[in-house]
Amino acid sequence: MDARNVKVKIDHVEKIYDGRQGKMIALNGVDLDIYENEFICVVGPSGCGKSTLLNIIAGLLEPTSGSVYVDGKEVKGTGTERGVVFQQYALFPWLTVKKNVMFGLKLKGMPEAEAEELAMKYIKMVQLEDFVDAYPKELSGGMKQRVAIARAYAVQPEVLLMDEPFGALDAQTRTQLQAELIQTWQEEKKTCFFITHDVEEAIILGTKVIVMSARPGRIKTIVDINLPYPRTQDLKMSKEFLDLKAQIWGEVYQEYLEDRR
Amino acid sequence: MLNKKKNFIDKIPNWGWLLISLATAIVLWFFLSIGEKTGRCFPFADKVFDALKTVVEREILWADIKSSMISVLLGFALGFITSVPVAFLMAWYRPVRYIVEPWIQFIRNIPPLAYVPLVVIGAGVGRLPQVIVIWLATFLTMTITIYQGVRNVDETLIKAARVLGAKDKDLFVKVIFPATTPFILTAVRLGASVALTTLIAAESTGAFAGLGMRIRSFNNSYEVEPMLLYIILIGIIGITIEKIIKFLEKKLTGWQETRNV
Repeated sequence: MDARNVKVKIDHVEKIYDGRQGKMIALNGVDLDIYENEFICVVGPSGCGKSTLLNIIAGLLEPTSGSVYVDGKEVKGTGTERGVVFQQYALFPWLTVKKNVMFGLKLKGMPEAEAEELAMKYIKMVQLEDFVDAYPKELSGGMKQRVAIARAYAVQPEVLLMDEPFGALDAQTRTQLQAELIQTWQEEKKTCFFITHDVEEAIILGTKVIVMSARPGRIKTIVDINLPYPRTQDLKMSKEFLDLKAQIWGEVYQEYLEDRR
Repeated sequence: MLNKKKNFIDKIPNWGWLLISLATAIVLWFFLSIGEKTGRCFPFADKVFDALKTVVEREILWADIKSSMISVLLGFALGFITSVPVAFLMAWYRPVRYIVEPWIQFIRNIPPLAYVPLVVIGAGVGRLPQVIVIWLATFLTMTITIYQGVRNVDETLIKAARVLGAKDKDLFVKVIFPATTPFILTAVRLGASVALTTLIAAESTGAFAGLGMRIRSFNNSYEVEPMLLYIILIGIIGITIEKIIKFLEKKLTGWQETRNV
């Protein structure tokens, strides 16, 4: 374990919101080492600060204290070595599928033809080659999220941050996108940080599942998922899977109850 | 019976309904023109057509249209140029919003006709007061519309652009501007309509020519036929401008999810 490189180091990150109703501690000293090529899934009750943590790693939010390091370099603002996939897809509605995927490449100053070629590669990866010239409004939710994933991959980040990307999708689409995401992750090894409220999804995808506690947000438990990839849906019936699910679900539910008190 | 009726409504194309609507209006107009009292203010189409010949012969029609259009165009252009920066400043800087918005809401509710005398006292007679009145009215309407557009820019789109490597300048050009375009076009449409409706008030500032000024002058000489002609003309100009802008909206912002404003 220690032989691997620490890709992302979260060093005692604290986030306090100064709202009108007084101070709210969103993150209370979070420490975590994410190793290269790990697939981290974060679960926890709503309000546990998991989105806040993701936004801090992305550089969209500044921590009140503590730091995040990527490859030993402190995070200051956003950077293209960290890609983000949002739950609300966040596609630019005035751009076609292709132009959406090319967006980050052109910002990098890549020539049009080269950007187009690379964009096409990732559009094919998410199997949307028949929709390159479609506008987001013509796509289903699942297709929109595929475009968003292609767009994030196209700029070739080393760390991929995903904030409940499949949360708004129906169960079937979600299952399919999970399978596609695992396949992509195996092909293009990247370090993934994936937030979900779905415990099954976390176990199917992750090499590690992190359970966060609510208000103030802390890391409660880290569970290693030693199930072999590719993980198929049949796995959900296996004893190992069910045991893990019971264990993690118990931890999350306990937090949920404590939060309600 | 009900079914049959529905078929009959669906069978007639839209342009067919437009013709029927027009024919019905002409029939109604005819009945109004033969009434004893209504006939006085609704002379029938033949008399209005004769009036058209008269005003063309008197060489006032083109002069009036030209004068009005110049005032409308100048006032509208000034209104547009000033409303865009003010709207953006209001959206981005809260102090500006808190100070300026109440002014706009307050003045917007005063009919332009009420403050026309003040403008004349300040700016004298001629083109200038007309432009000022139209400028003010269009500025108020367009500022509010564009401001709401800028505030409505989806936060996640800005986040998505930033994680893809967009700097502040890129954000404005590649995200905020295109995201605001539909609202700017709506503002242009509403502004053009306000410019026309304000025209009559603007031209009561002692104009030497103009559609609104001429209507008042026809009123003084009790010439009902040309008066009605001018009223119809204003309507035709209004609907033409609106159709052109709607066409532009469709061309430029066809990417939008369906929306009704």
